Amino acid sequence: MHNFEFVKPSTIAEAVKALAREDAQALSGGQTLMPTMKQRLAAPAVLVSLTGIPEMRGVCRNGDALEIGAATTHAEVAREAAAAYPALAGLAGGIGDPAVRNLGTIGGSLANNDPAACYPAAVLGSGATVVTSKREIAADDFFQGLFSTALEEGEIIISVRFPIPERAGYAKFEQPASRFALTGAFVAKYASGVRVAITGAGQDGVFRWSDGERALSASYAADALSGLSVSPDGLMADLHGTPAYRANLVKVMTQRAVRAS
Amino acid sequence: MPKDHGIGASMKRREDVRFLTGRGQYTDDVSLHGQTHAVMVRSTVAHGRIRSIDTSAAAAMPGVLAVFTGEDFKDMGGNPAGWLINSRDGTPMREPKRPVLAHGKVRHVGDAYAAVVAETYAQARDAAEQLAADTEIEELPAIVDMAAAVADSSNRVHDEIPDNLCFDWGWIEDNRAKVDEVFKSAPHVTTLELVNNRLIPNAMEPRASIGEYFPGTGDYRLTTTSQNPHLHRLLIAAFVMGIPENKLTVVAPDVGGGFGSKIYHYGEEAVVLAAAKKLGRPVRWTAERSESFISDAHGRDHVTKIELACEKDGTFLAFRTATLANVGAYLSNFSTATPTFLHGTLMAGPYKVPNIYVNVKTVFTNTVPVDAYRGAGRPEATFSLERIIDKMCRELNLDPFEVRRKNFITPDMFPYTTPVGLAYDTGNYGATLDKAMEIGDVAGFEKRRAESAKKGRLRGMGLSTWIEACGIAPSHLVGVLGSRVGLYDAATVRVNATGNISVMTGAHSHGQSHETVFAQIVAEKLGVPESAVEIVHGDTSKIPFGMGSYGSRSLAVCGVAVTKAIDKIVAKGKKIAAHMLEAAEEDISFADGKFSVAGTDKAKTFGEIAFSAYVPHNYPLETLEPGLEETAFYDPANFTFPAGAYICEVEVDPETGKVDICSFACADDFGNIMNPMVVDGQVHGGVGQGIGQALLENTSYDENGQLLTGSYMDYAMPRASDVPFYTVDYSCQTPCTHNPLGVKGCGEAGAIGSPPAVVNAVIDALHRGGLTHVKHIDMPVSPSRVWSAING
Repeated sequence: MHNFEFVKPSTIAEAVKALAREDAQALSGGQTLMPTMKQRLAAPAVLVSLTGIPEMRGVCRNGDALEIGAATTHAEVAREAAAAYPALAGLAGGIGDPAVRNLGTIGGSLANNDPAACYPAAVLGSGATVVTSKREIAADDFFQGLFSTALEEGEIIISVRFPIPERAGYAKFEQPASRFALTGAFVAKYASGVRVAITGAGQDGVFRWSDGERALSASYAADALSGLSVSPDGLMADLHGTPAYRANLVKVMTQRAVRAS
Repeated sequence: MPKDHGIGASMKRREDVRFLTGRGQYTDDVSLHGQTHAVMVRSTVAHGRIRSIDTSAAAAMPGVLAVFTGEDFKDMGGNPAGWLINSRDGTPMREPKRPVLAHGKVRHVGDAYAAVVAETYAQARDAAEQLAADTEIEELPAIVDMAAAVADSSNRVHDEIPDNLCFDWGWIEDNRAKVDEVFKSAPHVTTLELVNNRLIPNAMEPRASIGEYFPGTGDYRLTTTSQNPHLHRLLIAAFVMGIPENKLTVVAPDVGGGFGSKIYHYGEEAVVLAAAKKLGRPVRWTAERSESFISDAHGRDHVTKIELACEKDGTFLAFRTATLANVGAYLSNFSTATPTFLHGTLMAGPYKVPNIYVNVKTVFTNTVPVDAYRGAGRPEATFSLERIIDKMCRELNLDPFEVRRKNFITPDMFPYTTPVGLAYDTGNYGATLDKAMEIGDVAGFEKRRAESAKKGRLRGMGLSTWIEACGIAPSHLVGVLGSRVGLYDAATVRVNATGNISVMTGAHSHGQSHETVFAQIVAEKLGVPESAVEIVHGDTSKIPFGMGSYGSRSLAVCGVAVTKAIDKIVAKGKKIAAHMLEAAEEDISFADGKFSVAGTDKAKTFGEIAFSAYVPHNYPLETLEPGLEETAFYDPANFTFPAGAYICEVEVDPETGKVDICSFACADDFGNIMNPMVVDGQVHGGVGQGIGQALLENTSYDENGQLLTGSYMDYAMPRASDVPFYTVDYSCQTPCTHNPLGVKGCGEAGAIGSPPAVVNAVIDALHRGGLTHVKHIDMPVSPSRVWSAING
């Protein structure tokens, strides 16, 4: 790891200012950034910690929505969202291991947009809103491909606002080595219809499975998906699974998410 | 009442107190005044010709003290192969030089071609990156696939070896024609092609070395992660650096696991010693985890075609195998023994099979060198045998339990010489099979299968009946087989004047519990408490010349050396006691820590005898030397032959292909047991590693020789949730007939016996679920492979 300067602002304004410095990089839980820096694959000059800003922390219910501060850890979400949004809490409680969950944050995960991360599935599957230091971004507009988001240079995620669904469930099949989602499906049922988001499988990261959404909107039951087949086109191929295998998992995990909801 | 101490007691491990409280002292914990830091510069291409290395910029960087390249070491000796194998045509194997640092060519990703030494680690790392940028390597086509390597003579790992072949070995060549005849006329022949997957050892502690040079005396000291410090000293002194052996001390302090990978001498050890001499300061190097992946010797990596000829009732007539074994880019120290004499000689298993022929072609490729890894050759043999026997049983619709039983060598047949050259001394394979069926509750399987089916899971049961040759020795035999070293071991028992005891062993404990178990043996034999016994290992300046720990040999070889040294202590103690008690030596008996005169109440305690030996005021000095210290070297008459039966039950999720292990029953015959708790741990760990190989661990190179599984993000290690609670039994004991402890060794058993039990269970689950088109799935039997096999 190369040397760097470390700053820990206590307000969003200070954080935005610090991030404007040359080679500055936002640091939340550091679960991706720190290993990358240790391997010298990243060498920012300034690390701006976002974990000391009070309005970026905590879980808060506002009517039909659950708002989660971007610097809230997975462990905190697992604990504090359990009553209002158990599927989301369950997802958070299944990320990594206890060490990861006590440091990693929802904002860090979303800003990184790892194609196998769990949170993007919850955010897209819930049709959540990403609140940043500049604006509000709808989930459908936020995720823009592998490790790529709508965030602009210096823009910070402040919180994420989840509309609370009638029912929701998450099921992931773990990649055997990393235990990230080889394929994970998040299903959420709203009055307006059912949303299904798939992580781990897509070449471009998280995506909505529209055939599945239509079928479940018509009939919210795992069997409603039985007749569907998922095209392997556009799905990832790696050591751990072919596109055809992942296509199978899209359906199987969605069915399991429905059953778990 | 079970014993609470001495031989056979489940004493808690004394070493755990320091390991579990963070007080272990590993190589990287050693901090020396004036120390400097080395970083290796490693090839990022699998195969390339080094065109130029400009060291000037790196050498001028802050804190940099020295830069080394292959050029600096080109006149040193090569890292030798410890085992000479001859090809079928009688020609000796090809032995390309393995230099300290790559010179001329780089031959695998991770091949170190330069090293930088600086005041701090960060400075050395910065300069290493600069040096890499200032190096020009012309990339050559990578040789990765073994079959292609031997077929294409235009592309060579070593320019002087046209077909990339190290040797083409036949075992036993004289049997070949007969075996071929049997196959021609056999009532049934089963054929199976399989891969024994390459494994990366992943010891918890990465390799590390610290070199020191003492200019006042010209002495060197190497502190390093070694399973066998004297072997390291011999290799470095006599073969690589040309240092007199008595001017080099090798210290292996606490070592955090080896599994074979720390048997071998690696170039970094010579680099830190040479650098220490040049700089006059200690030089340290510790591998990063990513370096371990690309520089520790890997294991396994066989591609095998095996055939079984049998009667229609399953009676074995012959086995015939053809194997391509990967040695990687260079010969590691024992890499030529692993696919041959630790593999071919085990192809009889525990079975009376009259005809066997084994062919192994060992191939150079642009991959990390491959050498012995827990089990070493014997897991490969066992996997081939136990998989094809299961396949044959399916083809002929025979019971896999009864077919194995029918073919077992029976207790009345020992000693039994196999057609592949081993003489098994004792065993009772039917007994361990019965025990495994009992503790594995074979009778209750159908009920459990029905329960699984209700959940949509396919349940299967897999069997493996295995044997190994371990207690690696004896010298006379391994010498005939090509070993260039002896394989005895040694121990010194020093009774101190105050009566406590120091035992110096050639065996090295890097997880094996020697400090506890050897102390139990000494305590039992001398009638003293374990707390009075200290086990000293890992420092060539303190211990006798022993060969270290691997091949499940510590107890069966070095443990016996300890008992032989104790026998000498007791014999001398009797002479001293006879003098002190004014009795004839032959009237003195020793028991429970007392030397007594037979038929009287006259006695001296062990402590009194020890004191007298060091304060010899009343002592037979004219006929007996003072002091009480004895050394014994022990070279066994034969290998030991542990054996057992393993039964694994799995559930397969047919929707995802995921395999869950429900239960694992192990019935082993390890001969006599010194500490049951330690044996439990060895079996648990070995089976865990075997499950890792069977289900998870996949070493994958792409066609350019890039390691795709170079971190834990892609290389799947078994975790606690991947393994079941094991059922372990070792009550079926046929003590080894040729060592006085009657012990056989248990360190590798689990890793040898378990992989085929797992794979057999998966195939069984699929067949019982009606998926009979799946004949075999290569390891690791990952979810995607299972799903593809089901849907293929």
